[in-house]
Amino acid sequence: MSTGKSRLYYTYTSENASFKARVEELSGEKIDLCFQCGACSSGCPLTAEMDLLPSTVIRYAQLGMGEALDSNTIWVCSTCFNCEVRCPRGIDIANVMEALRQMRLRKKYDRVSLDDLTPEELRELPQVAIISNLRKLTG
Amino acid sequence: MKLPYYPGCTLKTTAKSFDASTVASAQALGIELVELPRWNCCGTVHALAKDDVMHYLAPIRNLVRVEQMNDEGLVDDNRVVTQCAMCYNTLKRANQSAKEDPEKMTKIRDFMEKEPNYRGSAEVVHMLEVLKKDGFEKVSDRVEKPLTGLRVAPYYGCLLLRPRGFGIDDPDKPSVMEDLLGALGAEIVDIPFKSKCCGAYHTVQMKEVAADLSHRILSQAAEAGADLVATACPLCEYNLGDRQKEIKKIFREFESIPVVYYTQLMALAFGQGEEATMFGENDPDPRPILKERGLI
Repeated sequence: MSTGKSRLYYTYTSENASFKARVEELSGEKIDLCFQCGACSSGCPLTAEMDLLPSTVIRYAQLGMGEALDSNTIWVCSTCFNCEVRCPRGIDIANVMEALRQMRLRKKYDRVSLDDLTPEELRELPQVAIISNLRKLTG
Repeated sequence: MKLPYYPGCTLKTTAKSFDASTVASAQALGIELVELPRWNCCGTVHALAKDDVMHYLAPIRNLVRVEQMNDEGLVDDNRVVTQCAMCYNTLKRANQSAKEDPEKMTKIRDFMEKEPNYRGSAEVVHMLEVLKKDGFEKVSDRVEKPLTGLRVAPYYGCLLLRPRGFGIDDPDKPSVMEDLLGALGAEIVDIPFKSKCCGAYHTVQMKEVAADLSHRILSQAAEAGADLVATACPLCEYNLGDRQKEIKKIFREFESIPVVYYTQLMALAFGQGEEATMFGENDPDPRPILKERGLI
C-alpha cells in the first residue's frame, strides 16, 4: 500500500487485494462485514500486551495491509473467542488471527521453541499447555 | 449406563485428581465411564484455518474408537464423555465440521486407511452436560455430606462456553456449574470474570501474562469472599492454582486461594475418600479450608 505525503489517501494495489483474499480464504471470514465498532477490542482480555488492537488488525486486513503480519497481536491472541461472541457482525476474529499466524508459520517461521524450556519446566507444565503452545506458535 | 470416556493426556499426568474424582463420582451416580481403548492426543486446539485437514486426523481417530466400542458392545451410548475443556472443544468441532463437509470427510478417510471409516455417529459431550441431562436432583439425592457453608466461585474459562454453538451453556450467562455445586449444598459466589481467559497456553512462554490474567480472576474470588474456586479444565487449574507462586512474585499483597475441580467437590459431597477426591494433589492445598468448614 502506498501513502500520499499528506497521508490523506491510500492507493489500494493488487498486492493488497491478494493479501486480503488470502486472509479471507484461510479464515473463511468476510472481513468487510466489520464496521469498526471495537466490541472485540473492548472485550479482549489481552489488549494490554498487544501493539495493535484486534479491531485495528481487522482494519489492516480490510485494507490488505501486510503490516498486520508484523504485529505482536496475532501471537498474543490466545484464541479465547471472547471477541467471537461479542462481534455484532458475526465475524470470528479468532479465525482471522489464526489465518494471519498461519501466513507467517507456513514460511518456515517458529515463534517459540521447545528448547527454550528447562527440563524442570517440561516436567511441571501440563501437556495440554505445551502442546497447544506449539500448535499455535510453530509451523 | 455405560459411556465411552476420553480422559485426554493431562488427566493422566498433572491432573490425576480430575480423572480419579470424575470416574469415582460418576460411578456413585450409576454412570460407568469406560475409557476409550488406544486413545490418542486430540491435538488440543481445533484446526481453525479452513484448509487444515491434517489436524482432523487425531480427533476423528478417537471418534472411530467410540464407534468400535459401541459395535463391540463395550458401551451402550454414542456419546463420548470429555472433561478437559480443550479436548471437549477439539473433538466436538472436528466432529461437526467433518460431518458437515463430505469432501473433508473423504480426505480424512483416505488418510486413515488402516482404520475403519468414521460413520459420524459419535456425539461429543462434556461431563457437565451428562449430569445436567440426567437432572441435578439425582446429584442432590446422592449427597451424603452437603457442602454447607463452603463458599465456591465457579470458573468456566473460555472453551466450555465459546465459540458460539460449541459451548455447554449460554456464553453470557452460564449456570450449569452453579446448579451442580448448588445441588451439592455449596454456597455459590459469583465473579464477573468467570468466563475470562486465564492466559491458556501463554503460561508456557509468557508466564507473567498468564499470572496477570489469573490474578484478576482470583482477586475477584477473594474479594467476594470465596473459600475456593472450582474449575473444569486442567489448564485453568494450573494457571489459577500452580501459577499463584508467579502471581505472588508480581503482586506481593496477593493471598493464595485454593482451586479445585468440580468433580473433587462432587466426590467429597458423595462421602468418597481421598483416593477419589485427591485433594493432596492441588496446589495451593484446599484441605485446611475444608477442615475449617468441617468437611474433612
